[in-house]
Amino acid sequence: MSKPAIRVEQLKKEFRVTKPREGLRGAVIDLFNRREQSVVAVHDIDLLIPQGEICGYIGENGAGKSTTIKMLCGILVPTSGTIEVNGYVPFKDREKFVQEIGVVFGQRSQLWWDLGVIESFRLLRKVYRVGENDFQKRLNELVDRLALGDLLNRPVRKLSLGQRMRCELAASLLHQPKILFLDEPTIGLDILVKSSIRSFLMEMNREHGTTIMLTTHDLQDIEALCSRVVMLDEGKIIYDGSLDQLKEQFGGGRSVQVQFEHNTLVENVFESTSGLSATWSKPEAQLDDGKTLRVTLDDVNVPISEILERVVKLAGIRDIAILEPNTEDIVREIYRKGV
Amino acid sequence: MWGAYGELIRLRFLIMLTYRVNYYSGIVIYAINIGANYFLWKAIYGSNTQLADMTIAQMTTYLAIAWMARSFYFNNLDREMSTEIRDGSLAIQMVRPYNYLMVKMMQGFGEGLSRFVLFSVPGMIVASLLFPVQLTKDPLHWVFFLGMVFLSFLLNSMINLIAGLMTFYLEQIEGLLRLKRVIVDLFSGLLVPLSFFPGAAKSVLEWLPFQAITYLPASYLAGKTINVSAGHVFLVQLLWVTGLMVPLVWIWHSARQRLFVQGG
Repeated sequence: MSKPAIRVEQLKKEFRVTKPREGLRGAVIDLFNRREQSVVAVHDIDLLIPQGEICGYIGENGAGKSTTIKMLCGILVPTSGTIEVNGYVPFKDREKFVQEIGVVFGQRSQLWWDLGVIESFRLLRKVYRVGENDFQKRLNELVDRLALGDLLNRPVRKLSLGQRMRCELAASLLHQPKILFLDEPTIGLDILVKSSIRSFLMEMNREHGTTIMLTTHDLQDIEALCSRVVMLDEGKIIYDGSLDQLKEQFGGGRSVQVQFEHNTLVENVFESTSGLSATWSKPEAQLDDGKTLRVTLDDVNVPISEILERVVKLAGIRDIAILEPNTEDIVREIYRKGV
Repeated sequence: MWGAYGELIRLRFLIMLTYRVNYYSGIVIYAINIGANYFLWKAIYGSNTQLADMTIAQMTTYLAIAWMARSFYFNNLDREMSTEIRDGSLAIQMVRPYNYLMVKMMQGFGEGLSRFVLFSVPGMIVASLLFPVQLTKDPLHWVFFLGMVFLSFLLNSMINLIAGLMTFYLEQIEGLLRLKRVIVDLFSGLLVPLSFFPGAAKSVLEWLPFQAITYLPASYLAGKTINVSAGHVFLVQLLWVTGLMVPLVWIWHSARQRLFVQGG
């Protein structure tokens, strides 16, 4: 393996924000003397991403994901730490560096609102100095893969969100970037568009070896795409590894959902399995009919049959479901409790 | 690289063309501005034939030229920048392999060029039919004048860029921009030629960059004073372009350290 695509050591970003004083008196004082406060958005993170990897970057809102991405793209200047992407220091050699990366911000457009899609592409061709032949070849490939044929001559403002996002992806790839940064690329899209974007990204990664780093709140993106997950909380990396390992480490074992025939006294159910390291809980609000309970087995060695045997004696059972730990639950738990 | 910048100029020019009503109203506004100024100054002159070494005809010519120059050098780059910084679309600009300040400059140039060709030239023709505007017929004067107006554009745009960059330091710069606009219009000699200012104010203004934006080029073309030579105008303008480059570049670099992107 050659040089890593992204190498980050002890990266830190601190913002200074003004802190207004309260009340009218405070506002008047603020006119002459503003109080500043520093907020650490990214706190000494280390990251090493080899070429050709698809890395998912997840965390709650405000965890520092976007700030990290913006430092990796050369938009923000880090407060301290070293950062090297594709052999460049992004904020120092910005103009040369961005020539070899592609960026999509799900919430902002990089296309020109008033122009037709193809006009935007042509302008980008000039901005990135792509030769006419390379451009045509690349464009044809992207149009084909992302089914953009009908969209090229439409003004950007008349595209639906899904159509626009496909165009944004194409726009970010016209200059054959080695690294692609995606900041919430599937935000607000329907399932069909999401899955077509996912398979497209997989193809790009496989065929061109494009390194992809994406932030998302949709864990299905992660499951479909990422060999590696980095989880961020309050500016610190709290998990870095494969998705399977995440499930294993934080999955908290299997759980069983039991629907009784009648309302059952919760205490009785709790008691029946005492000593078996099983935790009972009520299911989420929308499933709560008063008859359904869920039990999580913290110990892998406890047989499910043992639990059921004890519960069956209490009341008739209408339905049983054995639940595999799913990523969403795991991540929700981590967000809520921390590691 | 210049291909991209050239494309940006062309695009802005095209966008200006797409709004037809703007076009016609632009010419009318231009003629009204000159007309209003003409009648105002006619009233000020009253029975005087000369004020501060200028005849009423010279004054009218000066004003017409000053407004023509303004239509080229004027732009809203400061406001555009402030919007881009505040709504976070600056992030997109920063991931492209070009210089943001240059991009803004080019957009301003495209806008100025279209306004000059579409508004000022026709507006000037309309104005010279209606009012006693006496334009020189010496082509060399016009060539020099165009060069001067280009430098006026650079100067004014640099001031605008510096003002726009203030968004990084002040959260809201609307007030600052209004102040800047009044200062540029007044101190550059667009509203009142510098020779009309009282002695002390005049000597202060001669040490500021604003006179090089309107007063010097317009005086040159209006042939109002003998001692304004083309060389002198170019020299002052070039000195200020170089002089403003220093704070502009410095502020841009320090602003990048402070850059924060709003809205996620």
